[in-house]
Amino acid sequence: MAVISTEKDLEALSLTIVAEFDAAVERVWQIWEDPRQLERWWGPPTYPATFDKHEFREGGSSSYYMTGPEGDKSGGWWKFTAIDSPRRLEFDDGFADESGAPMDELGETHAVVTLEEVEAGRTRMTVASSFESADQLQQMIEMGMEEGLKEAMGQIDGILAERARV
Amino acid sequence: MVVDQLSESEVDRLFHALADRTRRSIVLRAISEEHSVSALAAHYAMSFAAVQKHVSVLEQASLVTKEKRGREQIVRANRDAVRKARHLLDEYELIWRQRIDRITEILAEDE
Repeated sequence: MAVISTEKDLEALSLTIVAEFDAAVERVWQIWEDPRQLERWWGPPTYPATFDKHEFREGGSSSYYMTGPEGDKSGGWWKFTAIDSPRRLEFDDGFADESGAPMDELGETHAVVTLEEVEAGRTRMTVASSFESADQLQQMIEMGMEEGLKEAMGQIDGILAERARV
Repeated sequence: MVVDQLSESEVDRLFHALADRTRRSIVLRAISEEHSVSALAAHYAMSFAAVQKHVSVLEQASLVTKEKRGREQIVRANRDAVRKARHLLDEYELIWRQRIDRITEILAEDE
């Protein structure tokens, strides 16, 4: 399993997830840096993300939208608050309206990503996300991510069923 | 999505309870830790009785619980509300697990 551990803080409304990959730190950094690679994993297959702007530098911003199965779009933006290539990345993540303008009233998520080498060719990635309120977290989940969740649930059920058979 | 179903009157009570700024503020304080009504009252420019009234509106909407401890009344955010937060974090965790699976697939293409 790529995911090593997760930690949830109910009071601080934060989630920290730790995963390891069989790839060098520089390689894992690219999946954040390169918008074409980022698009392949940020949104679920049913709600793929398209990054039309990705200024991957401190103070830079990104804008993206996710397109649903019905052609419905929900927009988002990132603002990079710290970038220390290839080990650390911090950004705020929020919702945007159809024109790409931030919808401040929905709040933002702050994410801190760190990459470290566990051994040659193996990288540990830690992503810590914190939310402003439970409402915001709920919004985050509701906007365009439902389908992805159902898939994930299905995948997990499938894995558990396979294990049960072994 | 599995969000607890509320009856219409429960929703009305919930909205009414949260329509007031002081009550929203009280809920926020009670979520982070328990408070006595008198400790809460110290934060607001209003009488103890007024704060107590706000607390009972929140209590009727099931947003907080009140428990007598000695001479104090202890206010705490409803455990269901906390459970809801946990549920939401669980769902968010799934989003990330799925992303990590996709990253793993992308990285596997290199080989």
